[in-house]
Amino acid sequence: MTTLSHTDSLSQGQRWLRALTEKLSGRSLAETGRQLLLPTIGIALFLGFWHLAAPQVQTSLGAFPGPAQVLEQTGQLWQEHSNQRDRAAQFVTMQEQRNERILAENPDAEVKIRDYPGAPTFIDQIFTSLGTVLAGFVLATIIAVPLGIIIGLNRHFSAAVNPLIQIFKPVSPLAWLPLVTMVVSATYVSDDPMFEKSFLTSMITVTLCSLWPTLINTSVGVSAVNPDLLNVSKVLRLSFWTHVRKVVLPSSVPMIFTGLRVSLGIAWMVLIAAEMLAQSPGLGKFVWDEFQNGSSESLSRIMVAVLAIGFIGFLLDRIMLVIQKKVAWNE
Amino acid sequence: MSKSHLELTNVQMAFDTKDGPFVALENVDLKIRKGEFLSLIGHSGCGKSTVLNIVAGLLQATRGGCVLDGHEVNTPGPERAVVFQNHSLMPWLTVYENVELAVQQVFKKSMSKKERREWILHNLKLVNMDHALDKRLGEISGGMAQRVGIARALAMKPSVLLMDEPFGALDALTRAHLQDSLMKIQQDLNSTVIMITHDVDEAVLLSDRIVMMTNGPAATIGEELHIDLPRPRNRVTLADHPEYVRYRQAVLSFLYEKQRFPGKEENEQEKQTADAEVPVQEDNSPEVVNKSEESPVRRIA
Ligand SMILES: Nc1ncnc2c1ncn2[C@@H]1O[C@H](COP(=O)(O)OP(=O)(O)OP(=O)(O)O)[C@@H](O)[C@H]1O
Ligand SMILES: [Mg+2]
Repeated sequence: MTTLSHTDSLSQGQRWLRALTEKLSGRSLAETGRQLLLPTIGIALFLGFWHLAAPQVQTSLGAFPGPAQVLEQTGQLWQEHSNQRDRAAQFVTMQEQRNERILAENPDAEVKIRDYPGAPTFIDQIFTSLGTVLAGFVLATIIAVPLGIIIGLNRHFSAAVNPLIQIFKPVSPLAWLPLVTMVVSATYVSDDPMFEKSFLTSMITVTLCSLWPTLINTSVGVSAVNPDLLNVSKVLRLSFWTHVRKVVLPSSVPMIFTGLRVSLGIAWMVLIAAEMLAQSPGLGKFVWDEFQNGSSESLSRIMVAVLAIGFIGFLLDRIMLVIQKKVAWNE
Repeated sequence: MSKSHLELTNVQMAFDTKDGPFVALENVDLKIRKGEFLSLIGHSGCGKSTVLNIVAGLLQATRGGCVLDGHEVNTPGPERAVVFQNHSLMPWLTVYENVELAVQQVFKKSMSKKERREWILHNLKLVNMDHALDKRLGEISGGMAQRVGIARALAMKPSVLLMDEPFGALDALTRAHLQDSLMKIQQDLNSTVIMITHDVDEAVLLSDRIVMMTNGPAATIGEELHIDLPRPRNRVTLADHPEYVRYRQAVLSFLYEKQRFPGKEENEQEKQTADAEVPVQEDNSPEVVNKSEESPVRRIA
């Protein structure tokens, strides 16, 4: 089995963030300035190159958007969102006023307030996606960590499931999706569904694709506990549960978290693809709708989504890192 | 005492390796009295840790066995506490918690929470580590970690204390200090101790008996040396004691003349092993004296 390490690809971002935090913790300003200088230069060069190169790329929807258009569309999308919010608020106030009138005439009348029926905005889609990815990731974690512990503890079990893991691990979300869709449609029948089917489909696809790194890292971490510490546990005659809780788990926490961070990254990537393909609400659907829409602004709006996806992915990883620092003893 | 406290009989240990079985120990016989302090000495890789692990129950002898107070040893247990060659503390626990893990396990029923706390602190005080209770492994030196490992083992109130080069990683000063503490603790508790060491002075200073092992493979006990020095022993006055000097030379002569080159050609090794059965004689070669001058105990004294 292979272990997954995510640290290399992050080092740049890490340095950048550390520079920020150290500024807060009172390091000298000159030092901070020096550490921020190179990333700033990098971003500036990229923006410059993008600005110059974009107009050269002609598509059927006009030139490829440059930074200026993308910025403009960001404002536009935000504007649409707040307009939508205002209208929704108005819609609710109108209903409330109407209900008051009805109640005034007939105190026993049944009144209700319907949700605003407008299409979800870009911001709404972001939150839908975040909800789905977290649900899928949490489910993957709940499955992968205990299973990984069992695999790591038991050599025979490990030998039995290892081939399965190796085979399922590289499967693309696109291959799972049709199967998951059909199974969800067939098995999840309820008159008053707690979850949307599209939500379940995306979530399960995310789970299936993202549980492998956590599973593998947990099992490797558990099986690689320092043999001297295992001997200590034996000399103390720790019970199985105490052994797992006090020795095995803490010792593998760093490995588990490395796996969790890779898993979360994969979950986020898979989700966007799943949403595009399954037409389930979220950022992926936003991108797909804009693509189908084909207006002159579509490319800029897709570009906004691309940047948002990247930024959120980065943010999710930072959050995991903060949790890891809280939990893991070697940080 | 007629019946021995701890007894190894005809122990053979063969490890399965990919080139077939590797016989590390052969015909190891050892009888240990209650309260005896025994040192195991021998060249690196001869099988000292293997002997210790068999007594600890962490390894199963492939032939023969180990009996403690009339019961055969086949699983590890806290009554045979081990101080491992490399401290073996849990890096995610603090100094206090490391000892607590052991105390909680061994005295879960017999001590109240308050008693346990006092017992943990008492043991950490014995090794002078009560100033760093909340530090983790990453924040303390190797010597400090080793001391916590010793405190953890002592805190189990073992009937046999097994120590694998407990002071190997320590500087000379700390080592001398801990040797003195260990001598005192062992006398107070009358505990049985088996200690592996590479340090001849340490072995002579601390032990009632030094067991010298021949070089592997198929290592066995080459010689035994009873140290009849009065207790309590004082390293400073002992350094010039004529008996002390004689004991040291006996061990040095075994290690550096009879078992000089571990892993040399088979023939010579067999001859050396045979030689080792011959009793020790006075030996004053200049080479031996030179080596002894490098010992830390001498420098402290
Ligand atoms: N699990 C094992 N499998 C195979 N060979 C082993 C195993 N454990 C120990 N050995 C071999 O047994 C011999 C004795 O090892 P042991 O660790 O007991 O030596 P030692 O005397 O403690 O050495 P040192 O002083 O360096 O700690 C060595 O040759 C070692 O290679
Ligand atoms: Mg050893």
